[in-house]
Amino acid sequence: MVKKKTIWPYVLLAPALIIIACVVLFPVINAILMSFQNYDLRRPKDICFNGISNYVALFQDKLFWGALWRTIVWVVAGVGFQFLFGFALALLLNQKFRGRGVVRAVSLIPWVTPGVLIGLMWRWIYDGNNGVLNDLLMMLHLITDNVPFLSQKSTAFPSVIVTIIWQGIPFFSLMILAALQGVPAELYEAADMDGATPFQKLFFVTIPSIKNTIFVTTLLRIIWVANSVDVIFNMTEGGPAYSTQTLSVYTFNKGNALNLGYASAMAICLALLLSLVAIPYLKQNFKEEK
Amino acid sequence: MKKQSIPARILKLYLPLLVLLLFILFPFYWTLITSLKPEEELYGMVVTYWPKAISFESYRKLFTTTVNFVAAMKNSFVVAFSTMVVSLLSSTLAAYAFSRFDFKGRKPLMCLFLCNNMFPTVLLLIPLYSIMRNLGILYTPVALVLSYTTFTIPFSVLLLNGFISDLPFSLEEAALIDGCNRATAFLRIVLPILTPCLVATGVYIFMTSWNEYTFAVMFTNASTRTIPVALKSLIGQLGVQWDLLTAGGIVTIIPVCIMFFFAQKRLVEGLTAGAVKG
Repeated sequence: MVKKKTIWPYVLLAPALIIIACVVLFPVINAILMSFQNYDLRRPKDICFNGISNYVALFQDKLFWGALWRTIVWVVAGVGFQFLFGFALALLLNQKFRGRGVVRAVSLIPWVTPGVLIGLMWRWIYDGNNGVLNDLLMMLHLITDNVPFLSQKSTAFPSVIVTIIWQGIPFFSLMILAALQGVPAELYEAADMDGATPFQKLFFVTIPSIKNTIFVTTLLRIIWVANSVDVIFNMTEGGPAYSTQTLSVYTFNKGNALNLGYASAMAICLALLLSLVAIPYLKQNFKEEK
Repeated sequence: MKKQSIPARILKLYLPLLVLLLFILFPFYWTLITSLKPEEELYGMVVTYWPKAISFESYRKLFTTTVNFVAAMKNSFVVAFSTMVVSLLSSTLAAYAFSRFDFKGRKPLMCLFLCNNMFPTVLLLIPLYSIMRNLGILYTPVALVLSYTTFTIPFSVLLLNGFISDLPFSLEEAALIDGCNRATAFLRIVLPILTPCLVATGVYIFMTSWNEYTFAVMFTNASTRTIPVALKSLIGQLGVQWDLLTAGGIVTIIPVCIMFFFAQKRLVEGLTAGAVKG
């Protein structure tokens, strides 16, 4: 590392910083300003500052509180099961068997699949008339009539949650597998000498050794899952009767309806909420930097 | 490690692995099979798990519909490729600065790039929409490339910073002593070693831009739309055309999968470097 004073690092950083300033910092300031304005592109003549009335309206909006609650359920259930299945997959892939490299690469495909396609593939699986899930459940005699999974309120939200779980398994297993391979083998040998059972090894050796990875990956996933719009939007657009509308989807729908002031106020609330998760993530990252 | 008996191995490894893989891969299988079924079979009374007759009709229809899938593919390619070039150029320089220089403001700037990954898409989407509209570049590929750099640059800077920090500094020092200046040392020594990492990062940028939907649906119109938007637009007033949609889905992920399998190893190494340390 070069310590002496030069302007080189600033020159090298300039292009990236200029782009980021234009496409991130400036828009964020813009969003903050817009959230204090009556900014509806369908009525361009009425654009004016209106103080905190967007926020007041937001806190009186039943749909906002509903969306907030659903965001919490979406994140807790989504990320929770992503972690469980991802961890299980990582433990399996950490064992030696023939074809492991191929299995590992193939299991990552959902991670590189576009969110739109994920939404649409699952929408087809859940289809009420020709959907394969209905057919499978019929064959197992679990249902007697076709269930319109995505068009009735009771099943729509659990169905989209299953889809987001499916999407997130690969990333968790990827990160955890890498961490598992870094756990020193001596720890397991020592545990074997002491006569530890497999469960004891899992809870007293494996999990403590990889807890930092679990922590950082979970925080990252929480942020991504909370921000995800494309999966829900392409499955249900937030319906039926708003039963799958999370905060991101609600904001996106409001933005699509060109009510940009209100949508900005909501986006800022979401960002503040997510900073509760982002701050511990940043702290952890800087601890590693030393 | 002691050898497990075969039944134990089946119970503890193969069976759970099979169940998980079935769950992960079934949607892809189903999409592929659907795209190969003739229409009568697709909407018939019985759901078939293997097509009775394989038909490529849906692929032919896909490329001849009014949605103009070929144009969407071209748009996606232009946007993804331009995003890749812009992001790679600026982030390689930035990552080199972060990993090779200690300067005032290094930490806060690093923090700025990290924070960037945390912003909700919708928080940027809305102001960018109004800014692009005022600049008159809404519905052009430039609008999409610029909005994609909001997430590709911060991410690539972090990834490349990890890659460059792992290269021994002594190589460049030797070059500097031998009379190279910083720029030639970078071009002749660092860049060649870094090429595979740049390829992996480039593939990642290309993939995320190719797959992105939320910005694309608001920043494009019928003539500039990218594949994800075109796919969604196959859902029309006449209901969903599942044969076309699944065929479109397969066409979309094939190039991504091919690129991913080539870059997979290096990309995973880069992403998980922090995980192994922790």
